[in-house]
Amino acid sequence: MMISCEKAVDICNKAQYREATNWDILKLKFHLFLCKGCLSHSQKNNKLTSLCKKANLVTLTEEEKKKMKQNLTSKG
Amino acid sequence: MDTHQLHPEKWVDLYADYLFNYAITRVSETEIAKDLVQDTFIAGLKSAKNFKGDAAERTWLIAILKRKVIDHYRKINSKKGKAEVRMNYSSQTDAEGDWLEERIADPNSNFEQDAMENEELGLAIQNCISKLPKKQAQVFTMKTIEGMETEDICNALGINASNLWVMIHRARTGLMACLNENWF
Repeated sequence: MMISCEKAVDICNKAQYREATNWDILKLKFHLFLCKGCLSHSQKNNKLTSLCKKANLVTLTEEEKKKMKQNLTSKG
Repeated sequence: MDTHQLHPEKWVDLYADYLFNYAITRVSETEIAKDLVQDTFIAGLKSAKNFKGDAAERTWLIAILKRKVIDHYRKINSKKGKAEVRMNYSSQTDAEGDWLEERIADPNSNFEQDAMENEELGLAIQNCISKLPKKQAQVFTMKTIEGMETEDICNALGINASNLWVMIHRARTGLMACLNENWF
């Protein structure tokens, strides 16, 4: 039941993208109950996820960037 | 103070997303925002010789983008100016009657404050992402902002899943440290 901190951090990261299994999350919770270091990291990690959601980030795709670069070099 | 220099060949990689996020909060249409960013880079390149080096490159580009946004609104307004001006009190249909009192700003509303804060937040995150190593920034963006599947990213970049999670971990840790001062 007790997992290493590395494993805990790994599950925590996957959980940010809903890619952790329920069983893994249970193991993570158990670990966080005992490990304050991971608890604080995990809280920050969750906060980062909610900040990213709140910010409504947008991004240009690699193709769009490539196109921009081409346009720039042809103009330059 | 050291003087700043322009590196146009790096502009797209370093600033395109930052400028895009800035533009999209002002014009709210993806295609237009994209064009404005492109126009900004081209204008920047053309007037590169006027760059005095007293501002950071990104600040200088943002200043150009601001002009582009204003020009954009000027352009669409001059087209609209030919049409009739129609005023509508309200777009709300559930309002009873045309009470002017209903139109004043709600002093308890958090909406405007939130919108401003979210914009600031978005630019802060984008700024921190651009400080990450390129590969990490790329993986984080694909996963978090574009919401791509792990498998698709692995295929696109030719890495395996555990590589991906290591990079995600490094990127997230880097971002936490970078955002720490103001946002946590």
